[in-house]
Amino acid sequence: MQNSLTSRRNFLKKMAAAAAMTAAASMFPGIIFASEQEANLPKGANLDWKKGPCRFCGVGCGILVGVDQGKAVAVKGDPNCEVNKGLLCVKGYHQIMCTQAKDRLTHALVKKNGRYVQTPIDEALDLVANKMKETITKHGKDSVAMYTSGQSTIPEGYVASKLMKGAIGTNNLDCNARLCMASAVAGFLTTFGADEPMGCYEDIDHADYFITWGNNMAEMHPVLFSRMLEQKNRRGAKIIDFATRTTRSSTASNKSILFEPQTDLAVANAICYEIINNGWVNKSFVENHVNFSKGLTNMGYGLEDKFKFSDKPTKIDFESYKKFLEDYTPEKVAKYSKVSVKDIKYLAAIYGDPNKKVVSYWCMGMNQHTRGTWINNLVYNIHLLTGKISQPGNGPFSLTGQPSACGTAREVGTFTHKLPKGVVTNEKHRRLAAKIWNVPYENIPAKPTYHATEMFRAVDRGDIKFIWTQVTNPLVSLPKTSRYRPGMEKESCFVVVSDVFPTPTSDVADVILPASWHIEKSGLYGNSERRTQHWDKMVDGPGETTPDAWMTIEVAKRMGYGDLFPYSEENHVEEIYNEYRQFHEGAKHGMAPLEVLKEESGAIWPYVDGKSTQWRFNAKYDPACSNDKDFHFYGKPDGKAVIWQRPYEPAAESPDTEYPFWLNTGRVIEHWHTGSMTRRIPVLHKAMPAAYVEFHPDDAKKLGVRNGEKIKVSSRRGSCILPASINERGLPTRGQVFVPFFDENMLINDVTLDAFCPISKEPDYKKCAVKVEKA
Amino acid sequence: MPIKSYLAHPQEGQKEVLMEALSKIDNCEVIPAENKNLLIVVTDTESQTDDEKVKGSIEAIESLKLLAMVSGFNTPKNN
Ligand code: SF4
Repeated sequence: MQNSLTSRRNFLKKMAAAAAMTAAASMFPGIIFASEQEANLPKGANLDWKKGPCRFCGVGCGILVGVDQGKAVAVKGDPNCEVNKGLLCVKGYHQIMCTQAKDRLTHALVKKNGRYVQTPIDEALDLVANKMKETITKHGKDSVAMYTSGQSTIPEGYVASKLMKGAIGTNNLDCNARLCMASAVAGFLTTFGADEPMGCYEDIDHADYFITWGNNMAEMHPVLFSRMLEQKNRRGAKIIDFATRTTRSSTASNKSILFEPQTDLAVANAICYEIINNGWVNKSFVENHVNFSKGLTNMGYGLEDKFKFSDKPTKIDFESYKKFLEDYTPEKVAKYSKVSVKDIKYLAAIYGDPNKKVVSYWCMGMNQHTRGTWINNLVYNIHLLTGKISQPGNGPFSLTGQPSACGTAREVGTFTHKLPKGVVTNEKHRRLAAKIWNVPYENIPAKPTYHATEMFRAVDRGDIKFIWTQVTNPLVSLPKTSRYRPGMEKESCFVVVSDVFPTPTSDVADVILPASWHIEKSGLYGNSERRTQHWDKMVDGPGETTPDAWMTIEVAKRMGYGDLFPYSEENHVEEIYNEYRQFHEGAKHGMAPLEVLKEESGAIWPYVDGKSTQWRFNAKYDPACSNDKDFHFYGKPDGKAVIWQRPYEPAAESPDTEYPFWLNTGRVIEHWHTGSMTRRIPVLHKAMPAAYVEFHPDDAKKLGVRNGEKIKVSSRRGSCILPASINERGLPTRGQVFVPFFDENMLINDVTLDAFCPISKEPDYKKCAVKVEKA
Repeated sequence: MPIKSYLAHPQEGQKEVLMEALSKIDNCEVIPAENKNLLIVVTDTESQTDDEKVKGSIEAIESLKLLAMVSGFNTPKNN
């Protein structure tokens, strides 16, 4: 390398190399560039490599962080981790670089007379505790709220739940996983009575077909996609991409099938119609292991404040389900889904072939959907009708976005309706929580309060007067931020934000608490395949940065709940995990002891007799099966899973003459969600410096739009100006535009709609109506 | 002042030879894959003419089977 190179040229070169590595990874799955991983190492460094999970996505890759004299200087993939076998994506390799950002939050900041004043952390925590107590005294327990994250560690989520539900006695706790995984949870609970996928990543090594439903895995789950590509190259496994936009995943797949937004509901039903019509039903599986039900229809879209809905399931029989499917013949569905009859039959034939193993993967496309619970149910229907479930290489697999959406949000239960085991509406579950938490049973309210969208509506209305957000950036990630930003700015609500970097959310805070980053604290995450992963603190954080769990504990103590939070600062992670594990004791959800997690790169629950359970509900692999049959869906009282009759219903808002385009929003490989970390990693920021609006070239031509030209995207809620992107990263279908949401300078969520699935309460970020014009 | 990155595919069994040959070219950095038959090449030159010269020298190497410039990241938006 030339000595005269400026640091800018060095960045550009690194970026060029990173780009090549990303390209190489999609062509050569499993490729490792170890020399690059170690390229930045100081000469003669005596590195101590410490293991942990990646900070970013729900794949949960194992990383090794090289520490030299108390500083993290390198990251490489952990070759001993079964998830990634040494491979990382471009975000994973560069993750620790964000800690060097100049604007790191190192001390508490308290707003005084409109200015942020650096304040000792103890004083800031006093203020938070006093404010919370005072608000409760004046306005009642339900006037305070916490909003946490699928990126919170297990101990962080656990103490937040214990403080809010056990100590204070309010269910005003929800988290950003509501925005990404709630439909998956509702889908699992309605179909199986038990949350989280039944299979594991090893399915990839066995499947003949991977069908991805509205899921750009090449960018969002890159390491898993690499593993799939490896199977494609090595043994001819096939990848079928079923989506509304052509992406890097589509081009790397064997076949790409595009559908009109929202019509995945109809296509899934058409696949089931075909399976039944062609006699491909696995009769003995269905007879032994499945019930049929239907629920309410025309559920609405949750657009109004205080919207309420509860489904009313009714049992039906196979014949009435079959009759219902007559509305979904491939011929009828092809008309409005824009999927050809041939392609619908092609998909059905793959699922229907008893000699082919099929895994279905999905993530945000199916979850961020006003009928998210339904579409999850419908894909389960396909697997249940054919009996392709809970076996190596056969199964539906809902992927998570965040690194601990499963481990923390879903398993610890940082949703308003959840407890670490079960739900607040169930007396037995409340009694168990009260016992382990050592609080009076009456403390835990039996009724859920606010889910995420409704929580920020309540802030806007003035019903919530104190909110504490941790590890999340709602004023970039919520839908319809054009309402919720002014809501959070109102004097009526005292806002506390814990974070590592300043964000548009911390901009409206009354108190900003400086959080420790990932490797500056110990913690545990739980990834998409039910794998619990532990890491020990690797380096010290700067200034007065403090782990979120410890800040919650300190506030709890100051509020007078010290007896309930007897943990020590040094060992609180261990102490909390050991307490939490009691909730899940038993064969159905037993969690690995900490000693095991410290040794291994994670363990999959149920962890029984020293062993991870890779395929739940299958008696061959799952010791919790107890019905003396081959499968046991023990989440349901009668041990049977449910095939749901769910119709197609239109989106909450569809293009019309005034707003003629669909707006779809999503992510890019370089950035982690709202970009607060990855935009501070120079290589990633350079690679993708700003958001854009993607057009189909025909639409661009019709509108006379050129690449890079400034375009105003407007909806009935708000607008956003972005440069046009034509034939670059992705290709939306005609009549659709796509915008990534990572860029806080171009807030596309000012434009999106806060419609949600009435069952899961998860908003739909993939469909609303917009107009586009030159800015 | 172009900076470009390429995937360089060696002829069968010639990875080391290609690596060696590439290392001798000025303004050219090589990152070998640990476990696959592939090298990443990053070139950093002062002018378009130099860039073309370097590319020409790389393409003339016998142990090289295919040189593919990386696209995707390398769009106008990324500059
Ligand atoms: S795939 Fe996800 S978990 Fe793995 S390195 Fe990339 S961001 Fe991290």
